[in-house]
Order: sequence, then structure tokens, then C-alpha cells
Amino acid sequence: MKRADLLLIWVLLLGTAVLITAPLIGPKLLSPTLFWSGAESLDARILREIRIPRVLAAFTAGAVLALGGMTFQAMFRNPLATPYTLGIAGGASFAAALAIQLGWIASCFGVSLISLAAFVGACGVILLVFGLSRFRADFSTETLLLAGVTLSFFFSSMILTLQYLSDPTRTFRMLRWMMGGLEGAAGYRDWLAILLPALPAVVALAAMRHEMNLLALGEEWAIGRGVALARTKAVLLGLVGWMVASVVAVCGPIGFVDLIVPHICRLLVGPDHRRLFPVTLACGGAFLVICDTAARTVLAPTEIPVGIVTSLLGGPFFLWLLVRRSPNAGVS
Amino acid sequence: MSDDSPLLRVEHLSLSLGGRTILRDVSFALREGEYVCLVGANGSGKTTLLRCLIGYYASYSGSVLWWGRSGRTLSQKQLARRVAYVPQGEGRSAPFTVADFVMMSRYPHWSPFSAPRPADRQAVARALEMTDASHLSSRVVRSLSGGERQRVCLAAALAQEAEVLLLDEPTAFLDYRHQEDLRRLLARFNREYGVTILAVTHDLNAAVLSGERVMALREGTLAFQGTPRELMRRDVLERIYAAKLVLAPHPTAELPMVVPSVPEEQT
Repeated sequence: MKRADLLLIWVLLLGTAVLITAPLIGPKLLSPTLFWSGAESLDARILREIRIPRVLAAFTAGAVLALGGMTFQAMFRNPLATPYTLGIAGGASFAAALAIQLGWIASCFGVSLISLAAFVGACGVILLVFGLSRFRADFSTETLLLAGVTLSFFFSSMILTLQYLSDPTRTFRMLRWMMGGLEGAAGYRDWLAILLPALPAVVALAAMRHEMNLLALGEEWAIGRGVALARTKAVLLGLVGWMVASVVAVCGPIGFVDLIVPHICRLLVGPDHRRLFPVTLACGGAFLVICDTAARTVLAPTEIPVGIVTSLLGGPFFLWLLVRRSPNAGVS
Repeated sequence: MSDDSPLLRVEHLSLSLGGRTILRDVSFALREGEYVCLVGANGSGKTTLLRCLIGYYASYSGSVLWWGRSGRTLSQKQLARRVAYVPQGEGRSAPFTVADFVMMSRYPHWSPFSAPRPADRQAVARALEMTDASHLSSRVVRSLSGGERQRVCLAAALAQEAEVLLLDEPTAFLDYRHQEDLRRLLARFNREYGVTILAVTHDLNAAVLSGERVMALREGTLAFQGTPRELMRRDVLERIYAAKLVLAPHPTAELPMVVPSVPEEQT
């Protein structure tokens, strides 16, 4: 058996282990017997009604974000290309901040208007990026990335303007929303709010692993092998935009997962997206669950926004990996 | 379709990019089993022409007919099952093993969730054998030498089991020995396996020695098509390259070759 295949199995096992242990960890450690005891104690209810859905939401969000990053990195052939660097987080944050400023605190069909605004903002940015790429056929990947980064800066300024004009309470809500976090994900409904829109996109992306492999080798190489370039890129952009928007709407912008997890996975199992795909899902999910567990445990009963933890935990680890990796292995 | 109808017919192809006209009213045909070289100065539109043929650029006017069907109506996969395109730079720094890399070219024969079948493995093994690259199969592409990489890219194109190869500068960056090896390889594909080849090259001498027919682009227009002998005349060449070229007879090929001129201050 190849080393990469062994690693794949290890990572999948690790993901499962994280999924099982994380709900037991928190301000109060719970016993694993609660999983099957069926008791109606307070602990059992905390586990079933609060911790398990939260862990599931974190896992799903992390998996989706990491997958989005992996897809964009392959498609744009650039290690810095992620949904966040392309401005999705900026667009979502601006829309959410605008909703907060306008006092849209109501909800519509059980979905808060702030979430809905964030979703629309994220999708809007994807459409904008797509429009830019269509505007001129010879727009290069670098141009698109630059446009995305510019959009991010633009939205940051807009958000700052809103905060400057707003009252302190609203400003704090905006700030808090932009730190990202899963404390809003209470109960199975919020988990499903991420999972249901994202699942079809994940399945569709799974069907496009061959295309990602070929695109990562170059656009002309891909078209020479039979990849319908324009259509494939549009579909990938749309799928990723859609599923990341649904995560951002519930969790706010959680950075870093989409940037570093795919790289770490590439260092682990190599560049083949057939293996990279499941590993990225498992690692992205596990990584966010670990960060979220730390976020809700370390300073309990206060929660640290998980967006802060992902960078605090992930940053140094990633730097260490970059320094010690062998020159021929992969960050492409 | 009658037997002598061309497999590719290009009619009045023009293309502008960013307001600049790159190709102007190009018309030609490619017949089954031909080995045609496309030459021309840098920036004359050679690569752009290949990109139009494979559908990378679709905003051209005029028509590209593959087996009588418009290139726009063929799906990219349908086209790739019969036409393999090897671009100049891409693919060569692939972080994959040669075997995996060549296997990826079986893509046009796959559906979304299919795994490689025995037929795919046979095609890959055969392509590696045809390019004398079988011994490289477990090496990583980006760790190979330039000549090896080029052979592996050709193997990838052959694994597609296409009848037509569109090659962009197949001998670029190779030393004389590896250029010769590669040209011999291409000639063998053409003669023994009946692969139709359209190769873009800036190497005029190599082009006239390998192709049975040569086409030349000059500033986006097709300035010449004919036999090597018709091309290697001073007046024709000076019209194509807009420069004075020195011709000298080849010792065995009975064709004049272009030789480098001596810089003036030394004469």
C-alpha cells in the first residue's frame, strides 16, 4: 500500500476520533457512556442538545471552507487563492454590517435577516468576480486575484465607514459578527442550515476531482485533455461561492481554514485531488472542531470567537510546516 | 463523408484579442495521415491558431470544422477523444508521477466517478512504450530532464488515443540530440501509427526536414503553404520573415537550409 493511501486512512480515522471526543470536552468533561446510556440527566441533554449539534456544525463548516479553499487553489493555480482572499468574506461582512446598521433584527422563515444579508453579500461577490472574468477573455488569474483582494479592501473601508457612523452597540455587534463563531449554531437546525445547502455542492465537487487535477496543471493543458474550460470554471466558482456563502451566513467569516488546511493536506497526501478531496474534508472538519472546542473551553464560561483561535492555532503550525517541508513536496 | 475530405478545415478564421488583430482570414485544410509544420516569426500567431483549433479561444470569426462539424458544437470531451493538444509550457512541472500524469489524459474517456479500468492502464502502458518512457513511470514529472518531460507530455497526448496531435513547439528548449530523438519519435507516430500531426515550430530547418507540407504565418495571415522545397527559396523566406536569410545546401537532404549569418563587423 502506498504511503499516501495509508495516510488517507489515518486522517479519516483521526477525523472520526475528533468527532467522537469533541462533544465530551467542554467546561464540564462528560463521560462517553452518555452516548448510549439513554439517560435523561442534565449531562445527557447537554451532550445531545447542545454539544453534538455544535460539533456537527463546526465539522461541516470546517469541511466546506477547506474544500472551497482546495478548489480555488486548484482552479486558480495559486496557493493564495481562497474564497476569503477573493473577497467573499468581505462581501458577506459588509452585507451583514449593513443589516445590523439598518436594524434588521427580524427573521424570515426562521432565518435571521443578518444571515440572509451575509449570504446575499457572499453570492454577490462571486457574481462580481465571475462577471469580471467574463468581461475580458484574457483576464488572467492574477488579475482576478488582485480584483478580489481589492474588493476585500474596498469592503473593509465600507465596513469601517458604517462602524464610524454607527452607535457603539451596533458597532460592537458588527465587530463581533466579523470575528466569526459558532456560538450562534445552537441546535440541529443551524447545523442543517449549513449542511443542506452545502451537501449538493460537495457531491458535485466530488464529481469534478479529475477536472481539478487537470486544471491544476494549467488551463491549456486541461483543455487539451478535454476539460470544457469556461463551463468548468464557472461551475466551480458557483458551487464554491454557494456553499461558502451558506457557511458564512451561519458562522460569520472564519478565516484561515480555507487557506492552510488544503496546504497541510497537500503536504500529507500529495497533489492528487482524488485523495486530497476526502482528506481535506476530514482535516477541515476536524481542525475547526478542535479550534471551536478550544474556543468554548479555554476561557469558559466566556467564549473566544473561533476565527481568532483558527489563526492562533493554525498560524504557527503552518509556518512550522512550511519551514520543515522538503523542497520537492508540494505547495504548488 | 468521402475518403479524401479533410479531417480539419479552417475557413476565413480571424481573431482579435483586446482590440488587436492576431489572426486574419486564415484558411487551410489538414488531411488524415499528414505531418504538417506551421512556421513563422515570433508573434506571428502560431500558438493562437492552435488555441483556436482546440477551442481555447472561441471568439474567432470564420469556421473551424473538425470532420465536417463546427468546433463550437463539439463538446470538449468529444474533441479530446480525437484531437490531443500539447501546449508549450504547461504540464511539465506536474508534481505527479509519470504514470499518474499520463493516466490523467484518459479523462475524455471517463465519466465523473469512474476509476481507471484495464483499458485505461493498457493505453497508458502503450503510450509510455511508444515514447520510450516506460522506465520513467514511477518518477515525478517535475524532477525529469527537459527531454524526458517532453516525451512524457507526448505520452500523455498519445494515451488519449486521439488521431490528431496538435503540438506547440515540441522541440523547444531541447539540445540537438534530444531534438533529433523527438523528431524521430514524431515521424514514427506519423508513419507507423498513422497519427496526423500539426506541429508549430520556429525552427525552419527542422520543420522542412520533418513535415511533408509546411505552412507559414506572417503577422496573422497565412503567407505560405506548400512543400518544403517551395518554401526554402530566398524570395519566399524573405517575404515571410521580412529579413535577409542565408541559405546553404544540406549535405544529404537536397534541400537548402537556413544558416546563421556572420555578424557584419566580423566580415
